[in-house]
Parts: sequence; C-alpha cells; structure tokens
Amino acid sequence: MTAPTTSGARSTASLRHRLAERGIDASLWLMVPALVFALALFVYPFSYGIGLTFQPGLATQERWGGGVFANYVAFFRDPFVFDSVWITMRLALPAALFNVLASIPVALVLRRKFRGKRFMTSVLVLPITLGTVLTAQGLLIFAGRQGWLNRTLMSIGLIDEPLQLVNNYVGVMFSLIITGFPFAFLLVSSYLSGIDPSLDAAARTLGAGWWQRFRRITLPLLAPGLATTFILTFVLAFSVFPSARLVGDAMGSTRVMSLMAFRAFGEQNDYAMASTIALMMGVVELVVVAIVLAWRSLFYKGSTGGKG
Amino acid sequence: MAITAGKFDSLELRDVGRSFGGHEALVGLDLTVRAGEFIALLGPSGCGKSTALNCLAGLLPLTHGQILLDGQRVDTLPSEKRGFGMVFQSYALFPHLTVEKNVAFGLQMRGLPRAEITQRVREAISLVKLEEHAKKLPGQLSGGQQQRVAIARAVVLEPSLVLMDEPLSNLDAKLRLDMRTEIRRLHQSLGLTTIYVTHDQEEALSLADRLVVLREGRVQQIGTPDELYDHPRNWHVADFMGYRNILPGTALDAANGTAGTERTRVQVGSMTLTGRPVGDVGGSSEVRVAVRPDDLVVLADGDAPQDGNAVTGTVAVVEYHGREFAVVVQTSDGTLLHVRTPSAPEVGDVVTLTAAGERVLVFPADLAGRPAATAPAEAVAV
Amino acid sequence: MSALDTAGSPATGTASPGRPRATSRLPGERSLAASPSTWFVWAGMAAFLVFLLGILGAVVVDSFGRQWFNTWLPAEWTAQWYSGSWERFDLAHVIGVTVGVALTVVVLSVLIGVPAAYLLARRSFPGKRLVNVLFLLPILMPPITFGIPLATVMYSFGLGRSVIAVVLVNLVPSVPFVILTMTPFIEQINPAIESAARMCGAGMRQVFTRVLAPLLVPGILAASILVLVRTVGMFELTFLVSGPQSDTLVVAIYRAMTAAGGGEARQLISAMAVMYTLTMLAMLVVALRFVNPTQLVAQVKDARDD
Repeated sequence: MTAPTTSGARSTASLRHRLAERGIDASLWLMVPALVFALALFVYPFSYGIGLTFQPGLATQERWGGGVFANYVAFFRDPFVFDSVWITMRLALPAALFNVLASIPVALVLRRKFRGKRFMTSVLVLPITLGTVLTAQGLLIFAGRQGWLNRTLMSIGLIDEPLQLVNNYVGVMFSLIITGFPFAFLLVSSYLSGIDPSLDAAARTLGAGWWQRFRRITLPLLAPGLATTFILTFVLAFSVFPSARLVGDAMGSTRVMSLMAFRAFGEQNDYAMASTIALMMGVVELVVVAIVLAWRSLFYKGSTGGKG
Repeated sequence: MAITAGKFDSLELRDVGRSFGGHEALVGLDLTVRAGEFIALLGPSGCGKSTALNCLAGLLPLTHGQILLDGQRVDTLPSEKRGFGMVFQSYALFPHLTVEKNVAFGLQMRGLPRAEITQRVREAISLVKLEEHAKKLPGQLSGGQQQRVAIARAVVLEPSLVLMDEPLSNLDAKLRLDMRTEIRRLHQSLGLTTIYVTHDQEEALSLADRLVVLREGRVQQIGTPDELYDHPRNWHVADFMGYRNILPGTALDAANGTAGTERTRVQVGSMTLTGRPVGDVGGSSEVRVAVRPDDLVVLADGDAPQDGNAVTGTVAVVEYHGREFAVVVQTSDGTLLHVRTPSAPEVGDVVTLTAAGERVLVFPADLAGRPAATAPAEAVAV
Repeated sequence: MSALDTAGSPATGTASPGRPRATSRLPGERSLAASPSTWFVWAGMAAFLVFLLGILGAVVVDSFGRQWFNTWLPAEWTAQWYSGSWERFDLAHVIGVTVGVALTVVVLSVLIGVPAAYLLARRSFPGKRLVNVLFLLPILMPPITFGIPLATVMYSFGLGRSVIAVVLVNLVPSVPFVILTMTPFIEQINPAIESAARMCGAGMRQVFTRVLAPLLVPGILAASILVLVRTVGMFELTFLVSGPQSDTLVVAIYRAMTAAGGGEARQLISAMAVMYTLTMLAMLVVALRFVNPTQLVAQVKDARDD
C-alpha cells in the first residue's frame, strides 16, 4: 500500500524527522568534544608523523640512499635498529603467553570462596599500582648480585655464585611478568566467571571428568577471552620501555624498539627516524594482533550465560 | 476520588503510518477514540501495535498521517508536551528513586507546589494499595508491585490518555489475572481513556470496549469484543479470536453470488463441509475454514449430523480442563481438529464430529485483499 | 559463584590437604588442596608473593638504611634519604604536578568521554562504525607509536616540556578508555527509563540531571579510578613531553635512575619510590571509598571485549 490513495497521504514527516530516523539530530553535538579531541590529538599528529617518515634528514639520505624512503631503508638495513624488532618480540611474546597461560590455573583455583581469598586477590593485583619504574628499582636491589634473592639461594646451597638476574634479558622478563600478570589474571578471572557454572554441572551429569570438562567445555568458551587478554597483554609487553632501560641491557640484549625510537627522538633529534621506528612498531604489533584476531574468529563467541 | 482524568472529546488517528528503512511497520491506521473508552491493540509480534502506541506517545515519529486531539494536531508535539501517561512493559521505574519519588516525578516536572505533590502522590499510592511500600526502592519490590507503581506514576498526572504497552506480560499467570481486574477497575473508577497493547486475545477480550486487530502493520478489523468473536472479518482475525481450527480447502460452489448467501460448500482434504461464507468465496478458489473448538460437537450414536457436516477421526490427545476436556482428533488424511467437549472419549476411540453450518466460517485464503466489507463492525470505526 | 561453590566453602577453609570430608561437601567436589596441580598453583602464587614482598621490602629497607651494599640488612637506619630526596628532587613540586595532572586528566576525559559514550550506547548514526574504530585505536597502539608524532607536534607548537603538554598527551589514551568503559555501562540502563521520564514531562536536560546522571555515577567513578591509576603510572607519554618543571613522579624517578654518571644515590631513589607508592596508595584508598572493586573488573572486562 505504497501509492497514496487519497490526497494528503504523502509523508507528513518533516525533514527534521526524516533526518532523525537516520540518527542525525541535535544530540550529535554531544560527540563533538570527543571528535575534536580525537582529530586534534590523534589523527592529525599521527598523519603528520607518517608524513615525517617520508622526510628523511640529510644525514640519513646520504648514508642510506633511497630518496624519500631513506628512513625505511635505514630501518631495515641498520642491524642495530632492525634487530630491535626481533629483540622486542623475543621479550613480548613469551611474556604475554606466560601471563595468559599462567593466569588460567590461578583463576581456576581462585574461583571458589575460601578464607583469605580477598587477600590473595589483592596480592595478585597489587603490582598494577606499583608500576614499572618502582618494580625496576626493587628488582635491581632484590635480585641484584648482593640482593636477598641471590643470598638466599646461596645460603640454601642451590648455587655457588650469584646469578646475573638484572641488567639483562632475565631482569626485563621478570619485570614484564610482575607487572603484566595481575592484569591478565583480572581479565581471565572475569571471563571465567562469565561462563555459566551450570554448564560445568551439566557436563558432570553426563559423565565428564575434570580434564574433559576443562578441555571440551571451559577452554573453548574461554578461548575468545583468552585471545583478547593475550592481545592486550602483548600490547603492554611490546611497548616495554623503562624496564628495558633500567633492569635490562639497554644498548645490548634488551634493545627494544621503543628505546630505539626514543634514542632517535631525544638523543639524535632525528624526528623523522623516530617517527619511522614508532610507526614500524605499530605495524609489527598490528600484524600480531591481526593474526590472533583471525585465530579468535574461529571460536564460538556468543553468550556464555554467566553473570560476568 | 480526587484523581480524575483530563477531559477531552475525541482522539483521532488519521491514516497514521510509519515506515523506516524500506520496512512498513504501520500503515493506514484510522481510528477515533471517544473519552472513556478502553481500546486494545491486538496482534502477533511485529504487527505494528507497539509502533502505533509509541507513535501516539511521541517516542517514535510518524512518517504518514496525523493525530488530533479535539481537532488539534498533537503529532507535532514532543512526548514531554503531550500529557499522555504511559505504562511500559518493563515498568521503567527510576531505580534510584523510591516509590514516592517515582510517582512524584511527573508532578515535579510540572512545577507544582510541594504540598500538592505530596497529597496527590499519597492518593495515587493508596489507589494502587502500596502504602506500606512507599519508601522502598523498585529493586525491593516484586513484579506486580513494580507494575502498580508504574500505573500510579502514569495516572497521578491525570492524563487525558493512558497508554499501556503489554504491562502484564512479565507477570506470572495468577498475578496477571488479578492485575487485569485492577486495571479495569482503575480505568472505570477514574474515568480514564486507555489504549492497551497486548498479544493475548483473552486479555483483550476481557478488558476492552473495542479491539483493533493488526497484522503486518495493517488493520484487520476494528470492533467490539462480541463483533470480533462472532463475526471475524478474515481468517487471521478468526485465528486470533480463538477459532483454533483453521483448515485449508477449496470452494465448491459457483463463483458469483456467494457473498451474502447463507451457505456454501467447501472441500477440505477428504471432507466436504457446509459453512457460512464471509466475503467472496466460490469457483474453486482457495479458502480457509474456521471453526471454534466449542462449536465442534461429538456425535452420539444415532444423532443426525448438523447441516450435513460429519467428520470421522481418531482421538489422539485428551486434556483435562476442569469442566471440559480439550480433545485433539486426527482425521484419516492427517488433519488435526481441536474440540472442547464436556465428556471425554478415550484416546484411540473413533468419533464423529459435527458442527452447525452457521458456526463454520469460510474465508478467502488470500489476506492481501481488503477484508470483507460486510461485517457490521465497519460502521463503528472512523 | 555457583551454589556448588558456596556449599563447599565451610569445609575448604579448614580442610586439611588431601583428606576430603564427605559430610560437608557435595559428592564430586574437590577439596581446595587435593590434587598436585593445585599445589603447583599455590606454589607459583607463593613464589609471586615472595618476589613481590622482596621487591617492596628491598626498596623500603633501602630507603631507610644508612649504607647497604654487602650485607643482609643495613647496619644503621636513617631517615636522611627522605628529607634528602624531598629537597634534592623538589618532591613537593613534583607530587603536586603529578596529582594535579592526574586529576585534570580524569576530569577532562570524563567530560569529553561520557557524552560521547552516551551517544554510542543509545543511537546509531551514519559513520558510527568509523567513530568506534577511531576511539579504539589509541588503546590498541603502543603509546610510542602515536606518542612520538604527538610529541613532535607539541614541540613544534612550542608546548614542549610544559604541564599543558603532559595533560594533553595523557588525554589520548584516557578519553577512549572512558568511552570504552562507559558505553556498555550506559547500554545496560533500560532505555525505557528515559522514555518514561519524557512521558512524565521531563525535557532533555532534566532527563539527564534527574535520571541519567545518578545512575551513571558508579560507572564514572570506576572509570575515573582506572584513568587515575593509569595516568599516575604512565611513563612513556609523559617522558616524551615533560621537562624538569613538569615531570610526574615516575618520570622524576626514571631521570634519577638514569642520570649521567651512573644515576643518583640508590637510596635517594628508593626513598622517592616509596613516596610514589604512598601517593598512589593514598589516592586509591580515597577513591575506593566510593567504588566497589569488583565493579572495576566487570567494567574492564566489558570494555576489553572486542
């Protein structure tokens, strides 16, 4: 019945109404501050930065050639810089994996109520408030050659010489785990509690043992949440900066990308190169995130029925 | 009663319609509501009844037509200026305000003096019998109590029109019956004009002065409960009015002249039935035959079938319903017939059913055309 | 927690490991310490706890020791490092900057983010998906990736090393964060409530102040705490644009640790670090008086759900 049969049966809705149907009305002004913010402080600088990467300094051009792409040429050809990609991945991937995987059993065990649960949960979450710099200082003292950790191990007799646990890969790894685990644990915990407990009960009545229930019910339902947690933990670990400098070997084995970027920015004042490294950081991270998201899309992501 | 409804003469909906994104949610609704009437909008999900209500409330804009209150257009006014009360399906009580403050809200929006607000709130709360719960928060109330608060909040404003959007559908069965009576009582004692949306035909029949049956955005029939009950205009309305047996068939009589005749014959599966035609049926056109379960009678041995209608089948299911039994009979070609009978046959018995031709309604199968214009309900609408 | 868990709880708190008490637990319910894998987890958590206490303890002890290099504990105790670092690093000013910046960032990101979250939660409009992606990007990217270009822009505008720059730079991850946490929060408020308020005669402003705002407060507080913690602890972004007058506490500690010539005296830094922790804890304690911590987890989880 779309043809008007009587006069005056055309749409009486005003233009205002028809626009409102599509979602355009005065309330869109609410979005303006946020949009201004995003454009001015994010989109514009980011595009400016991308533009910068194509304006290499004279020194870079002379040394590496390649015209406008000199920065990129330098990035890929200079082993000091390029190796930082692998060095960063070598730190971030295992750290993120460990954090996510280790938080699963901990979240499972801490699911039930028991005396001291609040205490344990606070202990596990506390490092979030401490931050990387404090953790770095603490690790230097605690895990240093003269620190309590080495002293205890030596006095127990486990080792003869103090272990080199700081100013190297190990120190940074410790730092990443201490600051990253609480975050992963919080997320995994809440994803776990989002799974309806009666699903586990139903599986029991059907004869499934503990491992089977975990592998076939809990884990598949948890997997999308695990993927998300991994992505976020990875982003955090990949951006590692102060720890790599303070507890690591800044110009050596823990020469992470953010350090390289900052070296170009602050020490060499080569803004173009710094932007290039920063951009490549984003690209590498994006690739990893994309892979994980693709893998995640294979799973059932619908409602899991719990209270969350 | 200190609370009285705002007065008006008539509310007119003229060719009201709403479509968006290419989908027509509501088309061509023409309705005139007189003050004091209880109108029910009835239909299955997606039929447009909630759309119609929301358009009346101003929560959705019209794309076609006008709404006039005593001749003045109200569809151009925003909701907050229309002065209609509304009860939502989810009650939509303000969770951070007590019962009293919820009810007082609308009065505060009008800027009335505090003393008057307190008094009117108190009256409204005692009207719905929630005096002891006045200081509680909605989260502390049961579903039925929350619903009564929602009603009090709507009527305290003395609106000219009260709109109710399936207010009982979230309640359990017994509470629904009790609240149904409450709503009718309030409507009468306060002299309200109510427009009520539901998908439950029993609710609509018991509450409404007039019903509007909708399907896929279009009005099927407007009329009083007994008009719809006895003279449904098409088989969809019949289906909604409890004609539980809707059987596909073919007309047997000649094409012209069935409209207005008393009887016509149809072929339904292996059965030949005589029924009353509603609309144009004839000439081998496809039809739907509608019979109420209570109009199917189990023939006792030796009795003659009425109007030559006799159908044999086997009893498949027997349900106890207190004074009557709901029986499902399966015919030889697999058709299931629903029957209500005072005495129960056994499952597996072979029975013969009959029905008066007057109570066997024959409709055209095609719903797209205009519903039959012969029903007397036509005169009342618009 | 399921009913099964609560049924088990009276027993598990006091059950001795390995001996299930059949009378106080449902059949099939495992004791908390029954299996080797559970022991493993507990051992792991204990190790974590040891590390944590060790790190904290080491810093605290260091900050109070007169000299501490080769021994288990310092020989003498002193508070000189605290007064020393207070003076040396002008900590009064630094803490003031830290708290001021953090609060400003919180207030601004709430003012900017909540209206945007409301729109995203309630309406659909052309370009909504683009806007969603736009607000998601700053959180998914490493801070350095947008931080360096942003810092470059700041410097070119002459804002380098100023407090304004620090505030602006910290807004970039905070506003999307507020939007991300508030959008699902607003979504779960029944939209019919706003309609009901309008039917009662409330105009847009009254709907917001009388109905929406009170319901949004818990969510806003939770988001604010998270933004606060992030900003106080945020290093990379602030470091890029701050100078001696506009450093926050973390940056000041870092500068002290990496100062030319091997850094400042270790004990001075430890004292600073302790004061940083105390400042952070103080803010958290004040903030947590208003918010239930378990809400925080739910916000974060909903927010992070891709």
